[in-house]
Amino acid sequence: MTDLAHEGDVTAEDHHDEHESLGMDARKLGMWVFLSSEFLFFGALMTNYLLYSNRPGLADPYPGTIYDIPFTSVSSFVLLMSSLTMVLAHAALERDDQHQTRTWLFATAALGSIFLGGQVFEFYEFITHDGMTLTTSPVASAFYVLTGFHGLHVAIGILMLLSLWGIGHSQGALSDKRGFNVELVGLYWHFVDIIWIVIFTVVYLLSTS
Amino acid sequence: MTTTTERPGVVEEAPPTTTIYRRPKSTEGFWGWVTTTDHKKIGIMYGYAAFFFFIVGGVEALLLRIHLASANSEFLTAGAYNALFSMHGATMIFLFVMPASAAFVNYLLPLMIGARDVAFPRLNALSWWAFLFGGIFMYSALFFGTGLAPTGVENVVGNLAEGGRPGGLNFLADMPDGGWFLYQPNAGPDFSPGTGIDFALLGIQILGVASLVAAVNFIVTIFNFRAKGMRLLRMPVFVWMTMVTQFLLLFSLPIIAIALFMATFDRNFGAMFFDATGGGDPILWQHLFWLFGHPEVYILVLPAMGMVSEVLPVFSRKPLFGYSAVIFAGAAIGFLGFGVWAHHMFATGISPVAQAAFGLSTMTIAIPTGIKIFNWMGTMWMGKLRFSTPLLFAIGFVAMFVIGGLSGVTHSIVPSDWQQTDTYYIVAHFHYVLFGGSVFGLFAGIYYWFPKISGRMLGEGLGKVHFWLMFIGFNLTFGPMHWLGLQGMVRRTWKYDPATGLEPWNIAVTVGAFIIALSIAVFIYNWWSSRRRGAPSGLDPWDARTVEWTVPNPTPVYNFATTPVITRLDDFWHRKYTTDDEGRAVRRPEADQMIADLEYDGRNPKTEIHLPAPSYFPLLLASGMPFIGWGIIWHTTTWGLGMVVLGVLLIVSGGIGWALEPLEEAHEEDHPHDEADEDEETHETEGASDVGRASESADTTEPVETS
Repeated sequence: MTDLAHEGDVTAEDHHDEHESLGMDARKLGMWVFLSSEFLFFGALMTNYLLYSNRPGLADPYPGTIYDIPFTSVSSFVLLMSSLTMVLAHAALERDDQHQTRTWLFATAALGSIFLGGQVFEFYEFITHDGMTLTTSPVASAFYVLTGFHGLHVAIGILMLLSLWGIGHSQGALSDKRGFNVELVGLYWHFVDIIWIVIFTVVYLLSTS
Repeated sequence: MTTTTERPGVVEEAPPTTTIYRRPKSTEGFWGWVTTTDHKKIGIMYGYAAFFFFIVGGVEALLLRIHLASANSEFLTAGAYNALFSMHGATMIFLFVMPASAAFVNYLLPLMIGARDVAFPRLNALSWWAFLFGGIFMYSALFFGTGLAPTGVENVVGNLAEGGRPGGLNFLADMPDGGWFLYQPNAGPDFSPGTGIDFALLGIQILGVASLVAAVNFIVTIFNFRAKGMRLLRMPVFVWMTMVTQFLLLFSLPIIAIALFMATFDRNFGAMFFDATGGGDPILWQHLFWLFGHPEVYILVLPAMGMVSEVLPVFSRKPLFGYSAVIFAGAAIGFLGFGVWAHHMFATGISPVAQAAFGLSTMTIAIPTGIKIFNWMGTMWMGKLRFSTPLLFAIGFVAMFVIGGLSGVTHSIVPSDWQQTDTYYIVAHFHYVLFGGSVFGLFAGIYYWFPKISGRMLGEGLGKVHFWLMFIGFNLTFGPMHWLGLQGMVRRTWKYDPATGLEPWNIAVTVGAFIIALSIAVFIYNWWSSRRRGAPSGLDPWDARTVEWTVPNPTPVYNFATTPVITRLDDFWHRKYTTDDEGRAVRRPEADQMIADLEYDGRNPKTEIHLPAPSYFPLLLASGMPFIGWGIIWHTTTWGLGMVVLGVLLIVSGGIGWALEPLEEAHEEDHPHDEADEDEETHETEGASDVGRASESADTTEPVETS
């Protein structure tokens, strides 16, 4: 009738830290959980683009005909390199090399800004040169909203990197606690890069005709 | 044994001077509530706000019912009618049931897993404020919105939003009027000019931010902040259902966020996503919306299922029948919930294969749901039932949910669904699952856990009056809608002809709605009087099973004087009861003394307890969101752009202050000192590295008995 048979003892494995039942820092776990949601955010945007990318009868210009693949390849490479500098920043902090940490954080933000500048230039070219705007066709709307939201994510990442860099400067050193933020921002930054790899492949390379 | 009811004194610490903002110090009074990061206060605020919106949504429903009680009614203009049914749905879903569930989760989740707070107390405050501002933003449409009729139909009788015939309550037509689902392109720029719809699109976006932040917070809390011995399969079912709900939110909210953004871009910036004339897909919105919308249905009902799973065992004096089956059924409902969305779209002309597939997947939902229903009945079977108000509402939940579930299965049969689409039969169905389900479950929870927030019992006599009035009123309101729907009464219809013979049942429905309103009035009076004069509850008024009842009522600010250690499922029950030779539960002789000790020890912590400090920044950050929303709506004007700038400034300044404010979560004791703040510390006690927290000092001079 009752399940008293289930009475158990507190075993060794129950005696882990109350605050980390999974043995993982709560903020790091929170970042992973958040990023899992972000995948669906971009997934929905990309599905949207794919839905319209093969649709006949849409108004010109079709984005696939005006992509400048060499240019976007270079800016994609710049963004990928920023992941490397992000790793270097994190590694420098692990060694407690404050100067190098700040240098690589700034380098990451700088590379991200170059990528963002490239995107602004690309949008400018598409709008003024090729005449493709948000209001041209559903596929153009999908392109701008997808890449625009990715750019917004990069911009927020740059803001976080510069904040860490500024805190490191004004307080002389990034402490262990703030240092952990380097890892959190790093997770976010790598996520944004990975999403760009998918966008570049699916949106640019596969739909160029 | 004497127990003291005094709270230990709260020692305020000097605010750190490194931050550029002054730190809030008050934990009492108005500013104490505004700056709080305490999950219990946030839960209570969520609860009151949700109840306020419940009243608002209820008044909207009553206006609709007055209008529909007579054929060819002129009580409401068509514009006002459209706005009212849209806002009734949106309010009840986004501003009542979701935040009411969030109120319970906030208050109970840390208590049920033996934690002092959620993982991120300030993010929790951000969720609450974002929800409140989202709700205010949506209703600001009443004052700032415009509900224009589509071009070319201004003179159609009933489209009275602007320049039309004066009519009943036409000012309400300025609110969003595209249904809670905001189907595009109907709610797009061509067919819904004016700004009403934008308030719904952006308001739900803000509410989504609130729910997403809360989902991350609660998931981390459940995974990482369980007390010693609280293994996953020892957690109360409510915690499990909360976890499933938060994962549903986590994965469905980004999809609706995208859909809302697309519609916002269409309406405000000329994008073409849903514009059929430019090649846009008019069905795309429905896919995206229901890919969120169907999980949303389970987001609304799963917390209530968790509450009922807590209430039934206590009042049956038996463990929950099939604990793990109930949990796995809940998880299965969560998974399946992502694979059934197109059953909302059988009438849109999707392919026969898709119709068959989604019909079948919809039928499979009945399996885990049935498992739960039978487990709840198995829990009550042969139990010593105590028919207190919480049990009445819980049984009401099970019974009404079965009816709603069965009519739901009829929708999975595609030809049948074609007949029922957009009729009152659908309205009857989802009110049986959402009102008969969620709302009855929520009231079971309110009566059951009221002592935890007040230390008093909600009146039983009035509670039973409330239950029976609501039960009768509910069935009188929504039962006849089945026949109305099957007789062909179309949903969202402004007028019907008296020749259809639909009027008698419509009158019955309206009478039922007013009986529900009466029952809510009884509840409000009961709540109001019980807060002041209710019988003191003591520590364990219901002879409960779970760990939240091992702390005094009302819950002390620190929750647990000493963090509990959990040794089994239903730990508290097993500390009170053992079994005799025939397997019957027998109360342990020392149980009463143990409860007295818990009462005393719970009020007299032996060690200093650190709690999250209050903060202004969640409020500051959240307050920027509605300004950005208003700015987007009026982006063509200068002051509109100014509002965007103001909103961004509020968010950025809130974020900067937040980042520079020393970390203070009660759960960070084990982290090293923050170097930047070390100089400012005025005290050096172990684990007190988090500067600026209110700390609870223990009164250790009194002799303390331990069991």
